[in-house]
Amino acid sequence: MNTQSFIQSVWLVTGREIGSKLRSKAFLISTGILFALALIGVIWAGVAADSDSRTPVAVTPETAAVVAQLDDVVETTEVASVAEARDLVSSGEVDAALVPGGADPFGYTLISEDSVPTTLVSLLSVSPEAELLTTDTVGEQLRYFIAIAFGAVFFIAALTFGSTIASSVVEEKQTRVVELLISAISTRALLAGKVLGNTILAMGQILGIAAIAMIGLAVTDQGELLGGIGAPIGWFAVFFLFGFILLAALYAAAGATVSRQEDIGSTTMPLTILVMAPYFLVIFFNDNPAVMTLMSYIPFSAPVGMPVRIFVEEAQWWEPFLSLVILLASCVVAIFVSAKIYQNSILRMGARVKLAEALKS
Amino acid sequence: MLQLTGITKSYGGHRVLDEVAFAIPEGRLTGFVGGNGAGKTTTMRIMLGVLSRDSGEVTLDGVPITDGDRRSFGYMPEERGLYPKMQVLEQIVYLARLHGFSRADATTRATALLEELGLGERLRDNVETLSLGNQQRAQIAAALVHDPRVLILDEPFSGLDPLAVDVVAGVLKTRAARGVAVLFSSHQLDVVERLCDDLVIIAGGTIRAAGSRDGLRAGFSQRRLELVLGGDAGWLRTEPGVEVVELDGGYAIFDADSDETVQRVLRRAMSTGDVTSFTPRHPSLAQIFKEVIQ
Repeated sequence: MNTQSFIQSVWLVTGREIGSKLRSKAFLISTGILFALALIGVIWAGVAADSDSRTPVAVTPETAAVVAQLDDVVETTEVASVAEARDLVSSGEVDAALVPGGADPFGYTLISEDSVPTTLVSLLSVSPEAELLTTDTVGEQLRYFIAIAFGAVFFIAALTFGSTIASSVVEEKQTRVVELLISAISTRALLAGKVLGNTILAMGQILGIAAIAMIGLAVTDQGELLGGIGAPIGWFAVFFLFGFILLAALYAAAGATVSRQEDIGSTTMPLTILVMAPYFLVIFFNDNPAVMTLMSYIPFSAPVGMPVRIFVEEAQWWEPFLSLVILLASCVVAIFVSAKIYQNSILRMGARVKLAEALKS
Repeated sequence: MLQLTGITKSYGGHRVLDEVAFAIPEGRLTGFVGGNGAGKTTTMRIMLGVLSRDSGEVTLDGVPITDGDRRSFGYMPEERGLYPKMQVLEQIVYLARLHGFSRADATTRATALLEELGLGERLRDNVETLSLGNQQRAQIAAALVHDPRVLILDEPFSGLDPLAVDVVAGVLKTRAARGVAVLFSSHQLDVVERLCDDLVIIAGGTIRAAGSRDGLRAGFSQRRLELVLGGDAGWLRTEPGVEVVELDGGYAIFDADSDETVQRVLRRAMSTGDVTSFTPRHPSLAQIFKEVIQ
């Protein structure tokens, strides 16, 4: 078969994969839910950031000057008397009250309901100047959040479309339509078309989520977050693309070894673990540079590991490129191995085809 | 002419095809007959390149076939296969396009063919909503839509009612008349006998007989004759070189060991009384089949 007809066949298969998926209600609904969740997440984050998190404090005219400098963390309510201030504290309308009187050097007393408001106390305290030799570029919490977000998106998308491709391979095998297909086109064209079709769908979903997140951030005035996260998201998309091709080829091969939908779970189990591992690793080790560095070079976890390292500015400029080369190389190997397994298994009905047999020429 | 020579295939030390060789001429219907596990499906899959062979060659007009040639083959697998959740027309169009047709061409062809096969009303229905008979028609459309030069059909008649058998048989005959080489396998020997021009019999992975149907029947008739006499034919039992198969008064079926014996028996019959009928009996395909695969 010549190159032109090969490419044509691949595109036809790709088109059918995408078309049949876009007409599946289950797919449309789950995509809708995923997009809605992304939107809700962004809006919720915006609302939470917008809402007043300042500590309400009651002050008298005498003590108002004390907190005048703390406007961004303290919301003051001026009352005329000490008694009035006490009432506001006990009614819960304010967290604390500053009333005149008390020992030097302060000359005022902090009143609160049942516990000492430590934040306020430390704000009002006199502290010595502290100098840090190294500064953390990114807050602990933000790093954790971003790591989990990349991990979760990778794991959900890879798992969804990985299983999709495996079950579509088994569907063709189970309905025997595959015999008709490979009498018309080569097995390689069929496999390539299926991998490509599902990769496009997965990328579409990822880009959709990214677009929703970015537009959402801009609309809800959280634009400043975009600056730091733009590059990591871009790299994530690139790594996801090739990482998914790698996984899709392996999922297709795994699917080809069984003949019934019920057997997909057991045959794709090792791959499912490979897909979930990066998610759990980033949860536990996102602050461990050694583990993160290792993750960012292993093809299966690079799509999560490298963007996180780029986000926290731990990666040198050349590192993502090197990791990408490793990923591309493993992609090529995976496609060849998968094509072999696929070719040797796709017509063998019945019991699961053993890996050793599937790899034989 | 599609020609197979020395095709051998083994699965893990078990030889399922051994030096299989036969030809499928254009413009004729070739029946492919054999028991379960005889190697019919394996042979067909190898012809289509769906399965690899260990050795041997498949040639089209003397030239080893290429993947390009194979795209001009039409195939109907034994285990029917179409996407259950795809519309009939869309599915046939898709398959035609895989065989290299443009979208417009594929749509025109698929629509015309499905209408010819009586599925004109069901073009937009999902395959899974069709009755089994109609799914079978769609399957035939899948094999024919790209106007194949060679048609390879694995059990095209299984599961069809007699009317549908006639429809399919008609379609195959039309194609053969247009110069297509048609090979079909079947368990229904009566259908094969009625329909095919040529015959290939396979058993245990080897070809036991191949050739034109009539030639095979003549070759296997072994001088079996039917005799109807005015009087009693009991004397046949004592005639040398004659083995009586059936005898009932003046009616007898017998095997003769040579042409001389046949002539001698005829002369004696004529001398004993009126000969109503003296005809060579061609064995049925079922009989040939039983004999050949032993």
